[in-house]
Amino acid sequence: MTTMYTNDHEWINIEDHEAATVGITHHAQDALGDVVFVDLPAVGATFKKGEVAGVVESVKAAADLYMPVAGEIVEVNEALRADPSLANSDPLGNGWFFKVHVTNMGEFDQLMDGPAYDLLVKNS
Amino acid sequence: MNETLSRTPLHALHLELGAKMVEFAGYEMPVSYPEGILKEHRHCRESAALFDVSHMGQLRVVGADAAKALESLVPMDIVDLAVGKQRYALFTNQNGGILDDLMITRREDHFFLVVNAACKAADTRHLITNIGHRCTIHPLPDRALLALQGPQAAKALSQLNPGVAALTFMTGASFTLAGADCFVTRSGYTGEDGYEISVAAEQADALARALLALREVKPAGLGARDTLRLEAGLCLYGHDINDSTTPVEAGLTWSIQKVRRQGGARHAGYPGAAVIDVQLSTPPSTKRVGLLGLERVPVREGAVVVDAHGRKLGHVTSGTLSPTLGEPIAMAYLAANHALPHHEVYAEVRGKRQPMRVSAMPFTPHRYFRG
Repeated sequence: MTTMYTNDHEWINIEDHEAATVGITHHAQDALGDVVFVDLPAVGATFKKGEVAGVVESVKAAADLYMPVAGEIVEVNEALRADPSLANSDPLGNGWFFKVHVTNMGEFDQLMDGPAYDLLVKNS
Repeated sequence: MNETLSRTPLHALHLELGAKMVEFAGYEMPVSYPEGILKEHRHCRESAALFDVSHMGQLRVVGADAAKALESLVPMDIVDLAVGKQRYALFTNQNGGILDDLMITRREDHFFLVVNAACKAADTRHLITNIGHRCTIHPLPDRALLALQGPQAAKALSQLNPGVAALTFMTGASFTLAGADCFVTRSGYTGEDGYEISVAAEQADALARALLALREVKPAGLGARDTLRLEAGLCLYGHDINDSTTPVEAGLTWSIQKVRRQGGARHAGYPGAAVIDVQLSTPPSTKRVGLLGLERVPVREGAVVVDAHGRKLGHVTSGTLSPTLGEPIAMAYLAANHALPHHEVYAEVRGKRQPMRVSAMPFTPHRYFRG
């Protein structure tokens, strides 16, 4: 299992821990509605776990994007910046937000796995 | 969903249609349907959208003295309003602030009022306290209100009763629609041609289903209603206008007829007239304006607006990314010397200054049917 989830409805795919991919879940995009704007972090910026790294806005509201783990931003999704609706149409794929060089793999291991996250959504 | 929330007669229909329900003004209301706000918005601009606005307050004001009595609470010409005509009105307080905005239609033997959901209890008390001795105030809690809005609204509603096509903007009359006795006005809150339909609660579900069965019509929720009214430059009470903004500051002086102004036959005689009279001759220090974002960052309610030197000029009261224009649009109160067309100002969003330009409203043209 290489994809983990946060309480803030983000996913992180650690297949390449030099550049783990972060996005929002299907549940998150559904709750937000039509995404019309994303504010992505600068490449090279470093964040602690839980810090606000960006913003995702729907027609109706703005939501913060939290760092699921500490690390340095190594790439952001320019296609998403140009077409924020990718966060709705393909949240787990082409709608990814940024890639991060993970500082501490221990933080990654503390996140929820797929079944745990599914339970969180089911009970929310 | 909180069990203490009120429900409209269309609640079951909303759930059946898969609506996302939210709390609004004490009601459980659909914010959007599965198509989503953007598609619902576009459908209203291109075809016809059906909104449930049954949470709004409907009242009858009855009596020989009703017109004069209502004029004692609003700076509008109600006495000369002809039967079948509808007018936008404002309840004011002693400081000239706006207690609520509402629609008043004169019918044969009474006035029909539609007020904001969040204000309806206070409005009813206000009416009874101030004019209850001159006329009778009948709240109509057993009536639903549906809005059918969009360029195809007339074509669609005519299929239920061809008579509705003859109504022009801001007029109303009774019609039978899908077997129900309805009071229909040609008005709305989207900037489009369309109708608002008052119908008995128990007949609302059948009427809504009859409307949704028409090829042109799809449901739309409060989310689209908000983006549509903002594009149309229409105020949302509690946000763009409130009890501390006057009609003049809010740019609503067009709604105050000459007969109620200085020199008019029925000048003043409503709460706050002294304050509003002064502002009509000496413009106030702040004014509501439209703002168009020059970058694609949405600017929301509460954002502080500053000049090029960072000096505060005012604040945003409503804002979104316009689905029609694809650009950020907002309403804001600004210092009067900056509330000028094409003036460039900056909205502070997450610590960054987003350039915006003062813009004429509506942001998208009104397309009312004036006959």
